[in-house]
Amino acid sequence: MAYKIIVCAKQVPDTNEIKTNPETGTLIRDGVPSILNNDDANALEEALKIKDAFPGTTITVITMGPPQATEMLQECLAMGADDAILLSDRALGGSDTWATSNAISAGIAKVGEYDIIFAGRQAIDGDTAQVGPQIAEKLGIPQVSYVKEFAIEGNEITVKRALEDGYELIKLQTPCLLTAIKELNTPRYMYIKGIYKAMKHDIKVWNAADIGVDLTTVGLKASPTNVFKSFTPKPKGAGQKVAGDTDKELAVNLLVGLKEKNII
Amino acid sequence: MNFNLTKEQEAVRKMVRKFAANEVEPIAAECDREHRFPVETVEKMAKYGIMGIPYPEEYEGAGGDHVSYAIAVEELSRVCGSTGVICSAHTSLCTWPIFAWGNEEQKKKYVPDLASGRKIGAFGLTEPGAGTDAAGQQTVAVDMGDHYVLNGAKVFITNGGYADTFVILAMTDKTKGTRGGITAFIVEKGFKGFSIGKTEDKLGICASSTTELIMQDCIVPKENVLGKVGEGFKVAMSTLDGGRIGIASQALGIAQGAFDVTVEYMKSRKQFGKTLSKFQALQFEMAAMKTQIEAARLLIYRAANFKDLHQEYSEASAMAKLFAGETAMHVTTKCVQFHGGYGYTKDYPVERMMRDAKITEIYEGTSEVQKIVIAGKIFGKK
Repeated sequence: MAYKIIVCAKQVPDTNEIKTNPETGTLIRDGVPSILNNDDANALEEALKIKDAFPGTTITVITMGPPQATEMLQECLAMGADDAILLSDRALGGSDTWATSNAISAGIAKVGEYDIIFAGRQAIDGDTAQVGPQIAEKLGIPQVSYVKEFAIEGNEITVKRALEDGYELIKLQTPCLLTAIKELNTPRYMYIKGIYKAMKHDIKVWNAADIGVDLTTVGLKASPTNVFKSFTPKPKGAGQKVAGDTDKELAVNLLVGLKEKNII
Repeated sequence: MNFNLTKEQEAVRKMVRKFAANEVEPIAAECDREHRFPVETVEKMAKYGIMGIPYPEEYEGAGGDHVSYAIAVEELSRVCGSTGVICSAHTSLCTWPIFAWGNEEQKKKYVPDLASGRKIGAFGLTEPGAGTDAAGQQTVAVDMGDHYVLNGAKVFITNGGYADTFVILAMTDKTKGTRGGITAFIVEKGFKGFSIGKTEDKLGICASSTTELIMQDCIVPKENVLGKVGEGFKVAMSTLDGGRIGIASQALGIAQGAFDVTVEYMKSRKQFGKTLSKFQALQFEMAAMKTQIEAARLLIYRAANFKDLHQEYSEASAMAKLFAGETAMHVTTKCVQFHGGYGYTKDYPVERMMRDAKITEIYEGTSEVQKIVIAGKIFGKK
């Protein structure tokens, strides 16, 4: 059995010192080295593993971003994706998660048939973890987030969904959307051969008109959420260590300390 | 004139740098200490196409160019000089002569296995009494009608203990001497009468396998003559012209790797109340070294680019290797110096890099031999 897979990926700044525009509070991406978002690499890897196991499977990577996001798509192609689509239009700029998922689900609808959509759990620049689930809602398909184990047989998928203290074992049918976490797999590197192919690949660039998206549902102005203020949290200071020789003593000292500060 | 790398070449650097950081660097010190050939790394390099970068896809290569190949060897060597030379000797010294000098049957039979990295290659020219001075070849090949019988021994063969396919030079007509008397053969590990001799215990590149090859009535079928009978010297010299690009890249990588870790060390190590990076005497030395490294890089990419453009590259690759080898030795020695006592210990990678650097001034033609090649272009050959 061969599958049609769509992978949602995002190009993100590769830095811990993210610079923000003081006026809009949004990220300044110019001059910052960009990478394929970590969780999205896990999403792509799972798709590639399915392709390895089921020849004939095709993988299309879709992203929304500025023209330079083609670099990230080329990396996905060099890793083994078959096709790549960039949704790029000034009208889409500044979209929040709701507006982004409107655009991407319209893009996916244009791609047509699919069995599985993989997305990363969240992007390291925004950390919202909302776009994947929103896409599933808008396409009207089942979804499982935080996937750490995946198996497929025919149209039936079995996944483990990570929880803080364990996991849920979930069975679902294709078509569906899954969001990947880093525990799911170890992403492969680009293949050298893949690099030469990727650079020659004709990456599709679709604008807002191409995907037929309602312009009142995309872009900065249509976004129901706005960045109110961005700031760097002040360091919390050293904190206080509770001392004690036994577990009981530690617990007692902790309780005494908390009571002294009127916390409990 | 364009000094920028192509998008493909940039991507190759990005990929190999990541690969080297995750797969090569973590085991580099251990492989050096244990003198262990990193079989698992070579398998991974094969999977990703690093073992056959400049060969076309129809021969299961990656379809890349020699600049990309040079970049790959550089990036591997930045963290491990041994891994760099495993790739270099395989790609330049075995796959290349078969690809460039082989007939279609030979290319179809041997190149795909080598370019895909399913098999490892090595090159046997050097003997106890003959290296660059190929006229001193003692290994003889006698024509027995439908096959040749080879007798003799080769030394200092990189990848020797792990290679499956060898390009071996042997004397077929002593009366004709170097030009006309030497022939190249493709020899498989399993050929009757072929065996691996002593493994060398070396100063550096300890994770690479350097062995003797022994041919005792070794039977080589006639179809394994590489190039024409008597053309072996040309095969060997043209192979080394390309190999020098690989070794120069290895030297460049070692120098860059040592430089990079030293920059970090200088930013944190404090003496007399300030970090080493604040001492202008050391800053100036680092500035000069960075310039030298960059000059070596330009010479190497230029030589590789000549090769990609099918232009004459013999002198360019000799210059690149001469300069890069000396740069590697100079830079790594200084880097150990800047680390002080710590640099002399195995807790820091610079002592390994200094030991690894020395060989780049010796193998595939010593620095003196590079000068002979360059002088030959100035004054003509003797």
